[in-house]
Amino acid sequence: MSAAFGGASGPTPWPVTSLPRAPKHRAGRWRRNLTFDKISLFVVFLGLPLALYITFVVSPLIQAVSYSFTDWSGFTPDFKPVGFANYVKILGDDTFQKAMYNNALLAVVVPLIIIVLSLALATMVTVGGAGTGQIRGIKGAGFYRVISFFPYAVPAIAIGIMWNLIFDPSSGLVNGILTGLGFSSFHLFPWLGNIHTAMPTMMFVIVWGFVGFYMVLFIAAIKGIPAEIFEAARIDGAGRLRTALSITLPLIRENVQTAYIYLGIMAIDAFVYAQALNPQGGPNNSTLTMSQELLTTAFQKGEFGVACAMGVIMGLMTVLFAALVFTVNRGTGGRDRITLA
Amino acid sequence: MSTQVAVRVRKITGAERAVSVGSHVVLSIWAIVVILPLLWTLMTSFKTTTEIFASPFNLPVKIQFGNYTDAWTTAGIGTFFFNTIFVVGSALVLVMLLGSMCAYILARFEFPGNRIVYYMMLGGLMIPIFLAIVPLFFVLKNFGLLNTLPGLAITYVAFALPFTVFFLYAFFRQLPYEISEAAAIDGANEWRTFFQIMLPMAKPGLATVAIMNFLGLWNQFLLPVALNTNQKNYVLSQGLAAFASSAGYDVNFGSLFAAVVTTVAPVLVVYVIFQRQLQGSVSQGTMK
Repeated sequence: MSAAFGGASGPTPWPVTSLPRAPKHRAGRWRRNLTFDKISLFVVFLGLPLALYITFVVSPLIQAVSYSFTDWSGFTPDFKPVGFANYVKILGDDTFQKAMYNNALLAVVVPLIIIVLSLALATMVTVGGAGTGQIRGIKGAGFYRVISFFPYAVPAIAIGIMWNLIFDPSSGLVNGILTGLGFSSFHLFPWLGNIHTAMPTMMFVIVWGFVGFYMVLFIAAIKGIPAEIFEAARIDGAGRLRTALSITLPLIRENVQTAYIYLGIMAIDAFVYAQALNPQGGPNNSTLTMSQELLTTAFQKGEFGVACAMGVIMGLMTVLFAALVFTVNRGTGGRDRITLA
Repeated sequence: MSTQVAVRVRKITGAERAVSVGSHVVLSIWAIVVILPLLWTLMTSFKTTTEIFASPFNLPVKIQFGNYTDAWTTAGIGTFFFNTIFVVGSALVLVMLLGSMCAYILARFEFPGNRIVYYMMLGGLMIPIFLAIVPLFFVLKNFGLLNTLPGLAITYVAFALPFTVFFLYAFFRQLPYEISEAAAIDGANEWRTFFQIMLPMAKPGLATVAIMNFLGLWNQFLLPVALNTNQKNYVLSQGLAAFASSAGYDVNFGSLFAAVVTTVAPVLVVYVIFQRQLQGSVSQGTMK
């Protein structure tokens, strides 16, 4: 390292020093000299990762789209094109419709709850402190942050199974607490086996798993807002709620939008949670997800063409969801750029 | 200090205190909602099945370490544990190496197609794995890698690559150009510049991505469930799910709880050790 630094000042036959500084010289670098050194670097450094990525990610994606228009069963080499027949079939299928509805419900409700809750908690951590003058964070903010972030480190499947055990009708913690408090109607209440509670229970478990992560994200975003802005609002007589809604939220709008899209993508999948809580899809398919249907269709029924079509529909729903979030954000004023100057 | 000022200060403090106390109450309730289930799972993992069904609150009469040995051997959690170590370990090393190489090229060299590769990687971050899973099954099958641990590891590398490249790309871009130029002047070839100059300088970024990749890969569930169906080769997440779904009433329930704890413990330890770095990296993501 020191040699590298030392040599910089010495005279050198290399043309590099005569080139102008960045960013202009970046373009020059490529044209400069295609030595064996550089070619070998490109072949290995770019070629290896790219070959792997194309083989195992890009090509399966493209194949999935083309297989979705065939009657391929996977284990026979021959298949014939069937046009949109697979799509017509699954979109008319009651079970898949139910799964699509469940995922759509998850994608609308879960991100909303998670974002509202994590924003509220993040606001309390950042501006909940007592004091005059400057707005300050709450005492023990670090403690709350570390604790809340815990579920992010717990494997999703373990979260699901843990809560499955906690919601167990006879030996679970939830019914134990509720009956202990005198709500005897919850004795042996099947949270995940009841058609009305299975979906809300699953939503609760997903919320539990994600709130901490987004809370930490929003805390960082709120801390990025200059303190003077909060002070000005306070001098003008704005209360904390007013400040949160009229100052903080508009300023971290971009973060909220990103969080919404990521959570929506997660909810359109939701496979791990659905599989851990109700592997069979729940009572009357009330927690069945498209992802569960896809795996059953592919690896138990062997209808690979149909399964690929399901995958394409999941992909389209993801794109549609992201577009919807962008549109809503713009339509409600996210377009006006707020500058902190 | 005049009395007037003192009165005003006290008045504000009263209202302030209410907000502060209220915040503490809400945050404490949330902290309990987070911690209690984890602690209860830990406690229950030391109970016998009879004790578990007797009451959810009773402390174990005698600490049942047997649950852990039972889960480790009978349920195969031990085998799954070492499978996971192998798959996640090798995938992590590979993805960090390939990811940093790819990010370095994309960030530091201008060449035709640079943008195409970059956006191709970016697209991989958004598209659900489910879309690719069926053809992926046959890609692995054709390579003879289906239901093998190396096959699973390679797939992990491919799917962790976009995130790794995307994160490290930003990191390599920030590194000063003067230093790599100085290295070139000193006669270091491109390979040496990367491994001896650029890679060590990117250490903080590498550490963060490595931790996040470790958590993500350790928690991966869909890929093994679809592509690694040989019970002998199960990783922890899918082994745990299989154990839970096979847990009838004759099964030792305590050992199921012990299996959950065994799966959670390593990642939680990693989190506690690196939590500062991890939370910092979450914060960094918001700076843009």
